[in-house]
Amino acid sequence: MRPKRKQKLYLSLGLIALAAVAVGLTLYALRSNINLFFSPVQIAAGDAPIERQIRAGGMVKEGTVARDPESLDVAFVVTDYVDDLEVRYSGILPDLFREGQGVVVVGKLQSEGWLRADQVLARHDENYMPPEVAQALEDAGYTPEDYQDKAAEVGERMDARQGASQ
Amino acid sequence: MQILMIPEIGHYALVIAMLMATVQGILPLAGVASRRPLWMAYARPMAAGQLLFVAIAYACLTASYMLDDFSVTNVANNSNSMLPWYYKLSAVWGNHEGSVLLWSLLLAAWGYCAARFSRELPRDVVARVLGILGLVGMGFLAFVLVTSNPFERLLPNVPGDGADLNPLLQDIGLIMHPPMLYMGYVGFSVVFAFALAALLGGRLDAAWARWARPWTNLAWAFLTVGIALGSWWAYYELGWGGWWFWDPVENASLLPWLSGTALMHSLAVTEKRGAFKSWTLLLAIFTFSLSLLGTFLVRSGVLTSVHAFANDPTRGQFILMLLGITVGLSLLIFALRAPRVGHRVGFTWLSRDALLLINNILLVIMTITVLMGTVYPLLLDALDLGKISVGPPYFNALFVPLTLVLALFMGLGPVARWKQTPVRLLVRRLWLAALGAVVLGVTLPLLFAEHWSPAVALGLVAALWIVLPMLRDLFDKTRNASSLGAGLKKLSLAYWGMQLGHLGVAVTIVGVAVVSNYSIEQNVRMAPGDSVEVAGYTFTMNGLSNRRAANFLADRANISVRHGDSRRSFEMNPEKRLYLATRMPLSQVALRPGLLRDLYVAMGEDLGDGSWALRIQYKPFVRWLWLGGLLMAFGGVLAVADKRYRRLATAPDPEVRAANAIGREARA
Repeated sequence: MRPKRKQKLYLSLGLIALAAVAVGLTLYALRSNINLFFSPVQIAAGDAPIERQIRAGGMVKEGTVARDPESLDVAFVVTDYVDDLEVRYSGILPDLFREGQGVVVVGKLQSEGWLRADQVLARHDENYMPPEVAQALEDAGYTPEDYQDKAAEVGERMDARQGASQ
Repeated sequence: MQILMIPEIGHYALVIAMLMATVQGILPLAGVASRRPLWMAYARPMAAGQLLFVAIAYACLTASYMLDDFSVTNVANNSNSMLPWYYKLSAVWGNHEGSVLLWSLLLAAWGYCAARFSRELPRDVVARVLGILGLVGMGFLAFVLVTSNPFERLLPNVPGDGADLNPLLQDIGLIMHPPMLYMGYVGFSVVFAFALAALLGGRLDAAWARWARPWTNLAWAFLTVGIALGSWWAYYELGWGGWWFWDPVENASLLPWLSGTALMHSLAVTEKRGAFKSWTLLLAIFTFSLSLLGTFLVRSGVLTSVHAFANDPTRGQFILMLLGITVGLSLLIFALRAPRVGHRVGFTWLSRDALLLINNILLVIMTITVLMGTVYPLLLDALDLGKISVGPPYFNALFVPLTLVLALFMGLGPVARWKQTPVRLLVRRLWLAALGAVVLGVTLPLLFAEHWSPAVALGLVAALWIVLPMLRDLFDKTRNASSLGAGLKKLSLAYWGMQLGHLGVAVTIVGVAVVSNYSIEQNVRMAPGDSVEVAGYTFTMNGLSNRRAANFLADRANISVRHGDSRRSFEMNPEKRLYLATRMPLSQVALRPGLLRDLYVAMGEDLGDGSWALRIQYKPFVRWLWLGGLLMAFGGVLAVADKRYRRLATAPDPEVRAANAIGREARA
């Protein structure tokens, strides 16, 4: 083979090898780092794996947010109006976390059936509903109007309560 | 009467601009094909006209915001009469319609600049470049007019006041971040147009690369600043102290940056050595396509985040169509015409050419990994295969090692010679730098922190390995000059640009390594009188108070901070605001910035018994992240200012220049 040809051959071989390694690594990394989403119904049905990082979500059930008076531990219930999921978390909840609002939590399901959350996500918009949660609620037979009205109602009540205490 | 008609004038101007873009997109290209100089001559005036009329439209929208014209839907949804004037100005692009209008305005501006600063280019090249830019402009203006008209009215039920701008966006970071980012995104359209023009004309020489390089560098510099600003904004505005979340929207801006970085380097090889021609063209196409993909991801509502304003599916379909047409057509042209421009130039495995090739391969692999992690969940969702999310561990697992490998070659590249570099020369020049990098990198973390972290040591070694060979190179280049000053003066601006750019990468690597491993975060429960110690600083809460501003109410904590046993203390005042118009809460972070560390206090929530949850963070070297970004951008701009581009701009006669270009080619 002429040297130039040879160079080209090595180049192509090198590129193919590199690409193969890259794709392999990527797929491997993807496999171990994918977080699947589950709704409370699916979790209650036992579809979700135990002790593996998952995402779950729904509405924060009204009147269930309980703070520990000594520490930053907090527990609340996430619901899709069919089944409930207890979530425990230690730390600061996001600004837009409120009863009656949609949230997504990331964490590990415990064998007792509650979820230890590492992360609680509520988005930057009051009227925003995480799409997974919206889908889960729809599967549970609720239309967007239902929970939006509900959320607005809860919000108003909370505002009234806040107004009264100030 | 005139004031009332402002939105209609804007709308009308936008229609005229689109028609002009259409003429600019069709006539010059047809003129080249049929060899009609008159048709080609339409390109420049149309580019100017397009800019003028988009600017009028933009000015009209801005006027509606400034005059609080709430009969315009866009203004009513995103502004409020209580908003300070500078936020009204930036609210124009703090929403979907306004931001695509800004996109179009900047595209028209880049197009006009391409028309203005291309006097020395052959007529047919100008016609092709501007024609392609016209087509892109036409697509986007049509998008604005058809799906996202910012001038729509809310008649006759005009609301008394607007719904207000999202409080997160009421910030200096937002005033700056989108225009910078868009300048970058859109700027890549120019090199894209140059690439297609080269393909259509079948002509790609060193002169072409010299024309394309400044545009690429500039766009890249803007994009770099835009990304750095976005990261900075997220850091202090979101209240978590994170600076990069691997959020799909962030990735959308990182993708064109990565491939744009590859493009800059590949253009260097094309200019200096006449190699990698087809590859450069392909990268130019991909970079702009990734910019469009970013726009699609952010603007279509497939992603939900603070950036996603629109949830109207027709918009997503429209951008996807634009993306498909652009990518499909340009790849088709590439496939048909690329064999014409390519020609092979030999080099050995140890040469600057080869090292830049490796750089390009690595950057492309990085682009692909980020692209996969970003698009894969969307694809699964679109195909109804389940909802998944790909978290930061995936990106870190791939991106960090790839960056380290890239750093390894970045140390070698600048000191290697074109075509061939003897191994002995490399070893002689680099052994000291290698030794220095390893010794310093391993020992420095010991001095700075209590515990030694292998990750930080690795990061420092990589950064020093980038910087030390450059210093050695500077030394070698100035050694033979009469004085150090004279030697430094002789170096070209392009050389300094490269040095600064690489220095910026090293500075960012140091920042990432240190802040990721030595940050300390503590979430605490505090009532007035309580104290807590974080990273040697004592935080004492003095009291809580309330504050009322024009458009929000705030709970405010007063915290005094003392370092170690020192007598002096300073105060930090984080706030929890409630914006009145939207009833949206927001944490206003208290920051104590410093070159070596930031202190960061954010208010979490009222715990009811007079105490608050506070997030206290110690962030060493976090400023280095953005400082590195600014250095990179500055390097890019400096390289544009190099003499050889200016000389080209003032050269007299096309014939002479053509002859020169051929001469240069022959020499190279």
